[in-house]
Amino acid sequence: MTVRHLFPPLTLRATGLSWGRGGMALGANVSFSVTAGQCLLLRGPNGGGKTTLLLTLAGIIAPLDGSFAIAGAGEDERVLHYCGHRNAIKPRLTVQENLAFWAEVNGATGSPAKAALDEVGLGHLADLDAGYLSAGQSRRLALARLLVSHRPLWLLDEPTAALDSEGHELVTRLLDRHLDMGGLFIAATHDPITLPDLARMETLVMGQQP
Amino acid sequence: MTILRAMLARELRLALRGGGDVLTLVLFFVIVGAIVPFAVGPDRALLARIAPGIVWIAAFLAMLLGLDRLFRPDHDDGSLILLRQSELPLSMVIAAKLIVHWLVSAVPLIIASPFLAVLLSMEGEALWRTILSLLLGTPALAAFGAIGAAVTVSIRRGGLIAPILIAPLSIPVLIFGTGSITATQSSAAMLFLAALSLMAVALAPFAAALAISSAED
Repeated sequence: MTVRHLFPPLTLRATGLSWGRGGMALGANVSFSVTAGQCLLLRGPNGGGKTTLLLTLAGIIAPLDGSFAIAGAGEDERVLHYCGHRNAIKPRLTVQENLAFWAEVNGATGSPAKAALDEVGLGHLADLDAGYLSAGQSRRLALARLLVSHRPLWLLDEPTAALDSEGHELVTRLLDRHLDMGGLFIAATHDPITLPDLARMETLVMGQQP
Repeated sequence: MTILRAMLARELRLALRGGGDVLTLVLFFVIVGAIVPFAVGPDRALLARIAPGIVWIAAFLAMLLGLDRLFRPDHDDGSLILLRQSELPLSMVIAAKLIVHWLVSAVPLIIASPFLAVLLSMEGEALWRTILSLLLGTPALAAFGAIGAAVTVSIRRGGLIAPILIAPLSIPVLIFGTGSITATQSSAAMLFLAALSLMAVALAPFAAALAISSAED
């Protein structure tokens, strides 16, 4: 695949970052940086602070100490997609309507909704009430949301949760293409994600407390 | 602007496709009003005197009933976190939700209010004033409700706490609401009611946005 640099070269840099929830520190004084075309995999046991770190980077939770900055983005520009373990899918709206809503909210800068649904394998279900989707299909719909609006930084919480083996390949393909386009991602995962080019991957092991 | 329109369209669709919810609120409103005569006895003069208060209490309770739908589903399925990453400020997202909340939970009550007024043996003039006062006052109830719902959204079973929080805030609305139906100076009471609504609607989105963004922390 040809390398198309669609995004401005971003760098996410954390210096001395500490994060936690409810007064309990889950990670202390960690520094890392991720540049365009690179990714960071977060690994660690349940409760190790992976989700909390992602929420901190998304700006939902304030860091306990230290700071992080995204260099290369405009002041008020929205540069990130957060894909949490809750899929943000509304029953009573069709699959198509769910996706179209997020395309409008985040800006329809990416692939058209139809193409994105075909990509994740939900093309034939576009007019189905999203409440009837299985867990894996809901996950695929959540992933389609990343495709309809181009944003360089993806924060993914268990992107392969509930997906079948074909779904795992889909995630790998999407992530690899995202890096090809000059994007970057940080993913918390228990499943091994192996990109074709290992040089792009870094791993942060966390949650090792005495 | 397209985002705001998308927000409004989505909220309306969700509310109307859950059509039963709207009907439940209306029935609740009418039933609360209709059981009062059974409790106080068939004294028509007494009923006519307390009818404005009953209409407003019924409207207040019915609007409390719909509050939990305002933010909780979006909080539980993760939409609220994603909405905070959109181009639209959270306060505008909440403003859109507030508008639709009023449309689907207050407007049906206003439409049903003449029916309740007749059950409570209100006369022609008072009937019109009831409709007008509900029209002017329910935006304030919806706005205060939105603040209460936002404060309690991250609390499990917070739906029970929100009414306790917002009941004191809603007292002025009830006073001027019933006043604008009964009082000799009813037009002055209506102006107060309108002022309350304008103020509450203007402030609520910002207060609710602040509550939601600090709740997650």
